[in-house]
Amino acid sequence: MSSTIQPLEFNGNWELSPSLESTDHLSLKNQYGLFINGNFVKPLSKKFFPTINPSNESTIAMIAEAEEKDVNLAVKSARVAYDGHWSKMPNKERAKYIYRIARMIQEKSKELSVIETLDGGKPIRESRDIDIPLAAAHFFYYAGWADKLKYAFPIANPKPVGVAGQIIPWNFPLMMAAWKIAPALATGNTLVLKPAESTSLTALKLAEIIQEADLPPGVVNIITGPGTTGNLMVNHRKIDKIAFTGSTAVGKSIMKNIAGSNKKSTMELGGKAANIVFEDAPLDQAVEGVINGIYFNQGHVCCAGSRLFIQESIYDLFIRKLKDRMQSLILGNPLDKNTDIGAINSHNQLRSINKYIDIGKKEGAEIFQLNCEIPSKGYWCAPTLFTNVSQSHAIAREEIFGPVLAVQTFRTTNEVINKANNTPYGLSAGVWTDKGSKVFNLTSKLNAGVVWANTYNKFDPTSPFGGYKESGHGREGGLHGLEAYLNLS
Amino acid sequence: MIKEFNNIKVDKVGIEDRINRITKRSLKRESKLKGLEMILSMIDLTTLEGMDTVKKVEQLCYKATHLHNQFPNLPSVAAVCVYPNMVRIASNSLKESDVLVASVATAFPSGNATLQIKINDTKEAIENGANEVDMVISRGKFHSGEYNYVFDEIAAIKDVCGENSRLKVILETGELGDYDHIRMASEIAINAGADFIKTSTGKISPAATLPITLVMLEAIKDHYYSTGKMVGMKPAGGISNAKLALQYLILVKETLGNLWLDKHWFRFGASSLANDVLMQIAKQKTGFYQSNNYFSKD
Repeated sequence: MSSTIQPLEFNGNWELSPSLESTDHLSLKNQYGLFINGNFVKPLSKKFFPTINPSNESTIAMIAEAEEKDVNLAVKSARVAYDGHWSKMPNKERAKYIYRIARMIQEKSKELSVIETLDGGKPIRESRDIDIPLAAAHFFYYAGWADKLKYAFPIANPKPVGVAGQIIPWNFPLMMAAWKIAPALATGNTLVLKPAESTSLTALKLAEIIQEADLPPGVVNIITGPGTTGNLMVNHRKIDKIAFTGSTAVGKSIMKNIAGSNKKSTMELGGKAANIVFEDAPLDQAVEGVINGIYFNQGHVCCAGSRLFIQESIYDLFIRKLKDRMQSLILGNPLDKNTDIGAINSHNQLRSINKYIDIGKKEGAEIFQLNCEIPSKGYWCAPTLFTNVSQSHAIAREEIFGPVLAVQTFRTTNEVINKANNTPYGLSAGVWTDKGSKVFNLTSKLNAGVVWANTYNKFDPTSPFGGYKESGHGREGGLHGLEAYLNLS
Repeated sequence: MIKEFNNIKVDKVGIEDRINRITKRSLKRESKLKGLEMILSMIDLTTLEGMDTVKKVEQLCYKATHLHNQFPNLPSVAAVCVYPNMVRIASNSLKESDVLVASVATAFPSGNATLQIKINDTKEAIENGANEVDMVISRGKFHSGEYNYVFDEIAAIKDVCGENSRLKVILETGELGDYDHIRMASEIAINAGADFIKTSTGKISPAATLPITLVMLEAIKDHYYSTGKMVGMKPAGGISNAKLALQYLILVKETLGNLWLDKHWFRFGASSLANDVLMQIAKQKTGFYQSNNYFSKD
């Protein structure tokens, strides 16, 4: 490969005109209360906080902040619903409600995807094609299990756990709510769910759907607020199980808090996944998978392929292809149907990502970024690639949770297995090779909950998802996802 | 040589995923109009029928230079593509214009003839005024593993074409099977001297598709990376509406970039595409769809 050849040029000449998804059809309130016992109620705390559109920093609505009395009320309503009727209802009746919610998500998918994009900054293409359809799919899938639990666990006499406290992150707000709520309902639990502070809106729209679906009051309670609200849930004595998705640091502190209590837990935490490209891989499709692995949802993905390992013999060619493909990405208004890279979810997250980019430069890695115009308002980070990275660089060890890829090389299969496993995390990994035997060899040796072969970031409700090591414990999705909400004898 | 042309693998699922992304691009207003005009300028207006006559070819040539007189500033098509025995008719009809004459050759469409016949076919087309030659590869030889034969044949035809006539090599992808075969045939053609690689004769189904075109564009890209030389691409057959043609342009833009968004490097082989594009241009300019009877069918 010669380095004197002009790089391909992707900008200018024929730009795509704006193609904005309309927002006329949204029904959004200026202020949202807490969804407790089947009703939206004013918070006893009397406090509200703004939820912001991260692509232009405008306030979309005011969200209630739940404090101790509010949390108590929500947990109590879940308890009463559990003891009173939900746990005793015939399983097939529960299934009907879950199906109904699934169908209503589909019916309202357009509105939900636009709100998801406004509130969280992700491209409309992703919320429309991935987040919202997957949220509906999870409800459909678990609705199907509700009356088949005895077949799923034949001799174990499955019983619900009780009241679940569920705390979800801001990267896939509605989808994460679905991952948590659907299996909990299918197994006969009631719950209190808290969305992340910066992305409460679609969870509150889901509360409206749940209300419209006539789910008995108190079965699902959705309360909003910052981390302190979540902390009140974690320490609440009447909650039987904590399901948490978020950072490893918070996950550790939750585990410390619930140690010694009878609370069950599932933790879906951080990751620093290795995406491994062998010399015999389908290279252009691997480039696509690497792009999708790290720049999907601005890299706000716990299973993002943030460490790229390229076999040294194809390094130059692969990097060239990767850089060229990066230049054809479109960063901009998340509501534009052509946008590939949307806004960073919050100011705090942007600061944290930028801190890592600075560290990467100081550590001596070589930076390459998408050459694009950054909008003047809002929180933005151009897709970033670091080469000349070593295994000991912070950008190769710590979860950045942003569009930043750290590239390393390897020579042999054993070397790359060692490097890939040399991390406190173990959520996911990717392997790119045309050779089937190599795929099977690696998938059995990589310590990761999910290993994708010749693809990346593919999700399906039938497939369990979860981590090894500091990436958490317990599984969501599939048959395994039921187990997390059942007491088995 | 076999090894040399079989280095880079193609993953079917990945190719189709990528196309799925491409077809979700949304083209509006200025970008749509510019794309539509670009498509017109890239069309090889084609008639390749057993019943082609002098009058038919003359009508087609007139259409090539007068796409739609209501919109005076439209580009003309890139070329008119005919059988060798119609080349002189076409080149006479087009001599006042900058529309090129392309001729299929080498025992189109089957390619089942001796090399000598193919060489003579090509020579005749060029002597009669063809600016471009669209040859077919020997698919039977390719499937028998005689890659050197396929390579040498292309090289021999390129020899006849020389520097002045550009050679388009038709792989007839519908007969090649897997994407890996298409990739390999693309590399053979490119290395044997093709100026363009082209998907199909239009006589076999499936003809051009977006995934196949992506596989071929990637072969062109790798050749550019290793040599700096550009090779053109021509999907042909089955591209009959503007929406699909725009998706091809997006695919080119995002795979090879701006340099290839030019009739010198990208063509559509099509007979009915032009009218649909004209109808869309009229819609963009006037705000209304017009009946297809407002556009001349030649």
